[in-house]
Amino acid sequence: MATTMDEPVTRRDFIHIAATAFAAIGAAAALWPLIDQMNPDSSALSLASVEIDLAPVQEGQAITVVWQGKPVFVRNRTADEVKSAQQVPMNELKDPIARILGVTAEGPATDEALTKKGHENWLVAIGICTHLGCIPKGQRTGDERGEYNGWFCPCHGSAYDTAGRIRKGPAPRNLEIPPYEFVSDSKIKIG
Amino acid sequence: MAHESTYEPKTAFTRWMDSRLPIIRMAHETILDFPTPRNLNYMWTFGAILAFCLMVQIITGIVLAMHYAADTSVAFDSIENLMRNVNYGWLIRYTHAVGASMFFIAVYLHMFRGLYYGSYKAPREVLWIIGVLIFLAMIATAFMGYSLVWGQMSFWAVTVITNLFSSFDSLIPGLGTTLVQWIWGGFAVNDATLNRLFSLHYLLPFVIAGLVGLHIWALHVPGNNNPTGVDLRDPKREAVPFHPYYTSKDLFALTIFAILFAYFLFYLPNYLGHADNYVEANPLQTPPHIVPEWYFLPFYAILRAVPSKLGGVIAMFGAIAVLFFVPWLDTSRVRSTSYRPIYRWFFWLLVITCLALGYLGAKPPEGGFLIAGQLFTAYYFLHFLVVMPVVGIIETPKPRPRSIADSIFGESGRGGGGHVPQPAAASAEKR
Repeated sequence: MATTMDEPVTRRDFIHIAATAFAAIGAAAALWPLIDQMNPDSSALSLASVEIDLAPVQEGQAITVVWQGKPVFVRNRTADEVKSAQQVPMNELKDPIARILGVTAEGPATDEALTKKGHENWLVAIGICTHLGCIPKGQRTGDERGEYNGWFCPCHGSAYDTAGRIRKGPAPRNLEIPPYEFVSDSKIKIG
Repeated sequence: MAHESTYEPKTAFTRWMDSRLPIIRMAHETILDFPTPRNLNYMWTFGAILAFCLMVQIITGIVLAMHYAADTSVAFDSIENLMRNVNYGWLIRYTHAVGASMFFIAVYLHMFRGLYYGSYKAPREVLWIIGVLIFLAMIATAFMGYSLVWGQMSFWAVTVITNLFSSFDSLIPGLGTTLVQWIWGGFAVNDATLNRLFSLHYLLPFVIAGLVGLHIWALHVPGNNNPTGVDLRDPKREAVPFHPYYTSKDLFALTIFAILFAYFLFYLPNYLGHADNYVEANPLQTPPHIVPEWYFLPFYAILRAVPSKLGGVIAMFGAIAVLFFVPWLDTSRVRSTSYRPIYRWFFWLLVITCLALGYLGAKPPEGGFLIAGQLFTAYYFLHFLVVMPVVGIIETPKPRPRSIADSIFGESGRGGGGHVPQPAAASAEKR
């Protein structure tokens, strides 16, 4: 700036600062559309919900469905699995927080919080390892399910339990639970 | 330029041009007449080899783009079509794929050359930093190019690497997720992701070419370092003009390099790749082992050595970032490691560390492999952050030659070397 300690601020100084500031704001405003165009577009956002018929899934079986381009694990857990998942003490968990999409309040990752009341045998979770995004194994019969009988990620060895909670390995968080509801006893709507 | 221009335009056209755009003068000064230390060894030929590699990648890449379709439904097939039906498609694609590996072999040797001979030390810090920037741009370009194949390894490499940014969620909840979805243009790696990777893969090589221009500019201000690390004192005796002395030497080295290139290209075109990448991308099935290309393995080993997700990401990027500070981390007054009896051991330990990390990057991160990976990762950082500053202070360097001429024609004076420089110097004067 042209001003020193002795010289008063002139009108020219003001014009310089105002013009530069205006140009900077204009440049930033012009940049925003170029950045925002990379965000998920309307067609991606519109793939918001999907309905799934659960009737054919027998106890002990699991299916994988696609929601928003992501695999979603839907597992019909056996009575034993439900029981053991409910009995896990919270202090044994690596990540004690229930990761439910769309819910900002951080509740404990109890089996009750991760499932729907009256449908405790169903676990619906996004099948993406929270470490680096691989798809854990354990959906098909005969797959390795890891030490905790849930899912096992072959990439870096993370093991999840039957409620999708991380128990061992490098993954930092539990599997995410997508927003879903039971439309009828044998049908859910994800999203 | 550090030296006086000896260019004299001879024809009416070149005189006319010289007073308007002195581009012929510039070419003359940088390629033909540039005074280059006469004691450069073969490690100094990788600059020319790298320029060749960049050119090969750009030319084959432009051709590949004529046949490639950046659409997830046809990308994989368009490459198979190129391989099977397009005339010489197999040759052009294999040249590009093998060329990427060759590019990295050359750049790693070039970087270790710089580290050994202290080519990053004053007054070449900016030259070195531009070099690290080129390396970063190369990493980004190679990664994006590999993803375009849209095989299983491509897809899962993109998934894993873009997911690295989600680790920022542990700093500010939501930040990482937002960032990753912005990179993807969706909620998973999808068509939009492939398109932007293709666009950037086409752009970045030209950014590299621009950086290479700056790299050469920054080289030509102080001039080449040399194996003694001693500054050029008497260009008449100690330097030779770049052409024909180093153009011919570089071309010879390039020929040897081309033989290695051709060997891989024609006999082992898939040796450095991964078989799983000939299986089309399937977003619902992760391959049992995700392994990056060989040139990323040391960094992958560092990523996996740290048990925390964010920590691993920081370590991996830190492994490259630390290179920017090397000119100031090295406290030694001596450039060339040849005269540094203690540091020399540590230098080779660093080379072994990088090779070991490369080996460990391809192994499952369990048991002994994981522990070894952690030890070597620790040394990698110790080398730059502790060894470089400390050894530079405590070490007594060996006596260095007083000048380059001394190291060539000095005490031993073998082969009557004292007379050899005359013709070279004379030819330099003639120009």
